Amino acid sequence: MIQRIGILLVVAVAVLVRSAVGGVLPEDRVDVLLHSFDGGGVTIQGPSVLVRKQFAQKFSASANYYVDKVQSASIDVITTASPYKEERKQWSLGLDYLHDRWMLNVGIIDSEEPDYSAKTFSFGVSQDLFGDLTTVSLGYSLGKNEVMRRGDPTFKEPMDTQSYRLGLSQILTKNLLAGFSYETITDEGFLNNPYRQVRYLDPSNPQGYSYEREVYPRTRTSDAAAFRLRYYLPYRAAIYGEYRTFSDTWQIKGNTFELGYTHPHGGWIFDGKLRFYDQPRGASFYNDLFPYANSQNFMARHKELSVFNSQDLRLEASYDFLKGGWKFVEKGTVNVVYDHMLFNYDDFRDLRVTGVAPGAEPLYHFDADVIQVFVSFWF
Amino acid sequence: MRTFAVLRATSWRRLLLLAGLIALGGCHVEPWVKPYERAHLADPIMEFDRNPVSSVYTDHVHEVREGSRGATGSAGGGCGCN
Repeated sequence: MIQRIGILLVVAVAVLVRSAVGGVLPEDRVDVLLHSFDGGGVTIQGPSVLVRKQFAQKFSASANYYVDKVQSASIDVITTASPYKEERKQWSLGLDYLHDRWMLNVGIIDSEEPDYSAKTFSFGVSQDLFGDLTTVSLGYSLGKNEVMRRGDPTFKEPMDTQSYRLGLSQILTKNLLAGFSYETITDEGFLNNPYRQVRYLDPSNPQGYSYEREVYPRTRTSDAAAFRLRYYLPYRAAIYGEYRTFSDTWQIKGNTFELGYTHPHGGWIFDGKLRFYDQPRGASFYNDLFPYANSQNFMARHKELSVFNSQDLRLEASYDFLKGGWKFVEKGTVNVVYDHMLFNYDDFRDLRVTGVAPGAEPLYHFDADVIQVFVSFWF
Repeated sequence: MRTFAVLRATSWRRLLLLAGLIALGGCHVEPWVKPYERAHLADPIMEFDRNPVSSVYTDHVHEVREGSRGATGSAGGGCGCN
């Protein structure tokens, strides 16, 4: 940990001491978004409002308010608990400061739900280099979280998260941009879900198995690196792609591939994207069916920690309905984003199917529809 | 995992090299793509993150349903995953 902080300090000092080039504050804009997720017995809906405004020539402030209204009858919930409703509200504030030719940013995020409280503090610095062809950014976040459990007022467990980010964007040619991101995240504290249970073979139970609580390690460190390209086509359109690789100390491995196409036409911008996620290795302590009770120190039956893959088709349309502006508004767009997602699990069985031997249930899969509708104004 | 083990082992050297490159950025480097040749790159369709409010939401949707996390370019918070 100390070594990582040292590395960041060395690089940050290098960023700060050299004379910089370029640097532009983010544009003033307001976004009002409604989101909806529907899949796997879960519906989540709510608004998100983002406001960003420059002031005193060198500062840009941003504020975001976000709500998730959750109704859950997911496979985990209906097999081991009861459907529930809950609400998560999140506030975030950010401030960017442009000095000469480098930019600093700080931010705070506060997320509250009945059984989870999270506060995240972040700091970042970015710098344009080599005649504005290269932008380097560094970031650090500290998350202070509290995990609670409904119906048990005595249960309150801390969980801390630290994140170290490195970003690089590069102009390669007059039509080609490249980006690279690297992020290490460390967690310490209560990392499992306080409700989720694992199942184990139990001949004394008529269904052949029983449940007991999950137990996770109290630490986790993960590394992710992503590389992305965006290319401008001769007839004013763009294609883009991304690859991300992931691994962590729980032995999870993941690969993400994205390929997309952007096509403007008149006042419209259309976008289509395919995203493939493959998780060929799950957590070392994951098992769909443990051989007996308390068979390991750590036990999980969280499907997101298992071996699975997912596919996501995205279609997006954006229309500029304020061409030429109106009063102090320079531009306004209305946007619709639709995602259809498929999730296929290789080691997580559908326990809604009964009357078969434990471990012989069909593998679980589900699909989900995600819709975002939002308007954006630049001023 | 092996990839990252190698990366961690040499991270000091790599990042010191990066620090050196940043420091060198102070030197004059003739850009191979001139400012007047960047009209295509300045087109909104070339932005990596055209709508931050949407990309933060999308990253959150993926993160709570996958074992992978990080290196997405947006900063989220909270959980919403119980």
